[in-house]
Amino acid sequence: MTSTPCTLFDKIWDDHVVVEEPDSPAVLYIDLHLIHEVTSPQAFDGLRRRGLRVRRPHQTVATIDHSIPTTPPEVPIADPQAARQIQQIVENCREFGIPLYGVGSPTRGIVHVIGPELGLTQPGMTIVCGDSHTSTHGAFGALAFGIGTSEVEHVLATQCLLQRKPRTCQVYVDGYLNKGVTAKDLILGLIAQIGSGGGTGYVFEYAGPAIRALSMEERMTVCNMSIEAGARAGMIAPDDTTFEYLAGRLYAPKGEAWDAALKRWRALPSDPDARFDHTITLDARRLEPMITYGTNPAMAIPVTGVVPDPAGVSDLGERQAMEKALRYMGLRPGQRLLGHPIDVVFIGSCTNGRLSDLRQAASVLKGRRVKEGVRVLVVPGSQSVKRAAEAEGLHRIFLEAGAEWRESGCSMCIAMNGDQLQPGQYAVSTSNRNFEGRQGPGGRTLLASPLTAAAAAITGVVTDPRTLLE
Amino acid sequence: MQPFTRITSRVVALPIDNIDTDQIIPARFLKTISKEGLGQHLFADWRYNPDGSPKPDFPINQPGAREARILLVGDNFGCGSSREHAPWALIDFGFRAIISTSFADIFRNNALKNGLLPVVVDIDTHRQLFEMAEADPSTVLTIDLAEQSLILPNGKQVYFPIDTFNKKCLLEGIDQLGYLLKQEPLIQAYEALHPARVSTRIMEE
Repeated sequence: MTSTPCTLFDKIWDDHVVVEEPDSPAVLYIDLHLIHEVTSPQAFDGLRRRGLRVRRPHQTVATIDHSIPTTPPEVPIADPQAARQIQQIVENCREFGIPLYGVGSPTRGIVHVIGPELGLTQPGMTIVCGDSHTSTHGAFGALAFGIGTSEVEHVLATQCLLQRKPRTCQVYVDGYLNKGVTAKDLILGLIAQIGSGGGTGYVFEYAGPAIRALSMEERMTVCNMSIEAGARAGMIAPDDTTFEYLAGRLYAPKGEAWDAALKRWRALPSDPDARFDHTITLDARRLEPMITYGTNPAMAIPVTGVVPDPAGVSDLGERQAMEKALRYMGLRPGQRLLGHPIDVVFIGSCTNGRLSDLRQAASVLKGRRVKEGVRVLVVPGSQSVKRAAEAEGLHRIFLEAGAEWRESGCSMCIAMNGDQLQPGQYAVSTSNRNFEGRQGPGGRTLLASPLTAAAAAITGVVTDPRTLLE
Repeated sequence: MQPFTRITSRVVALPIDNIDTDQIIPARFLKTISKEGLGQHLFADWRYNPDGSPKPDFPINQPGAREARILLVGDNFGCGSSREHAPWALIDFGFRAIISTSFADIFRNNALKNGLLPVVVDIDTHRQLFEMAEADPSTVLTIDLAEQSLILPNGKQVYFPIDTFNKKCLLEGIDQLGYLLKQEPLIQAYEALHPARVSTRIMEE
């Protein structure tokens, strides 16, 4: 066998290169293509114009998540544009023979929640989707990344993509997370350290004791936000945690095929002497619950910290971006966020809309009441998450606390479906982006973990969740 | 795709770092099923007041901006969402090239597939360009893709990097899907050696 030690990324990349001509990018084979209603219609139009078919409809799967309301399914979709877009993906999937987890499906949900849940996401695969948070699937030791609509068309037509080989970066997280500090705080801590462009051109491989100790759902939270540091993808080597999660899932291999897959998957982790182009280290023991104060996810501080002063930033573009962010957020340099009043709490999204996230939020909300005047929206990541949460009574905890319990979808993370902030409102949100207007024009987003979000729901102000934990 | 060879145009400057694709085109405009007409929503939340009237001091609302083909922006342009609606909106407005110190990966890929040229310059040139644009909003630049050069009004030439493949595609207006489709025999050969790693055929639970 080869003597050169390889990274997890190298192994998957090498296994998927169809051809690489001189002076051209590699033609990379894609194992699994996930599609949704927002970034696919123009790609299907392209296929029709050229008279092309979908090359591998059964390596493709569709769902509806971005523009779908989180009101009960029997309620008609009020927004005619959203209704049209949803109808379009139904028609496109029918015409091109693509399996669709559609509006009435009991397993519909956010594309990055249902892929793993159904066992479609597996180690060693290449996975793409017209959505930047495709990096989520890297938690399983897959190479997974977001693509644009032209590339969606490329994959539909050829099951391949033209790709230049990215560089690799190991993110080594030493130590273990303290109580009240979550996977969300870990990834916000990393992004704050390296900046929102700090990972551009790289694929991250997360390693170290803190990563190994994470559950699959926590690993997904970490990989999900890799893109917020600009990384092409985030990956975690598969291990027994991964295999236990996958065993018995609907599309996971069974019987002899499972045994064969396990053998392949166990060979995937980076070799001991594998070289990375870059390494970043982070100490989990020093992390605290994090919260964002600005308009990109790198503008994050410990929840007990103060808003930094743009005057201390030497780079003009960076300083102006920070000043603009503080104006937008209505915050001042040196200000503490603790005690800052909030209007809305959003618990959900492909970052933090899984069962363990809802359990964490419920652990804070149980037996307590949401502060008067605060709107709390709990949106499960999928219909399966919703059923599982209801089976263990989490929905009762949310409802009794005074929160809204909704159907699954992207909801207020992207505010395309009617769930949105009013101008000027502050939200503590478990989602992934605090960009201006992301949760509605004029809305102000403070990104945080489900624990921190639930704590703010109770007190009505930014709160250190550790003060409410038993 | 419209070929890109050489353009000479005035510049619109937005000296802000990390301009994300939610600013380039907010998500509420992504409910369209077409690529057309997105230029009207370009930078919508920065460009219009809540009542829909244009903000006169926003750079792309200023006189002459409609004729500009070049946008000069801060570092890490196009971060965030993978929406290709961002380059579609920029192109529909009239831009053909964006100058920055760096671009987010997915945005860069999307731009190149639509004939929108991302031009990466060093920090000093970047600063100089902003100073020129501020001193004289009618500053005209030339971008010559074959030469991979940016020509400043004072005649100074600055070279920018681009890979051979994308350069050729842009210069000749080649659609990259055509290249991929020609690889069909090799894709078939790959599939013969590598059975599908998953089948998404809907199964009953």
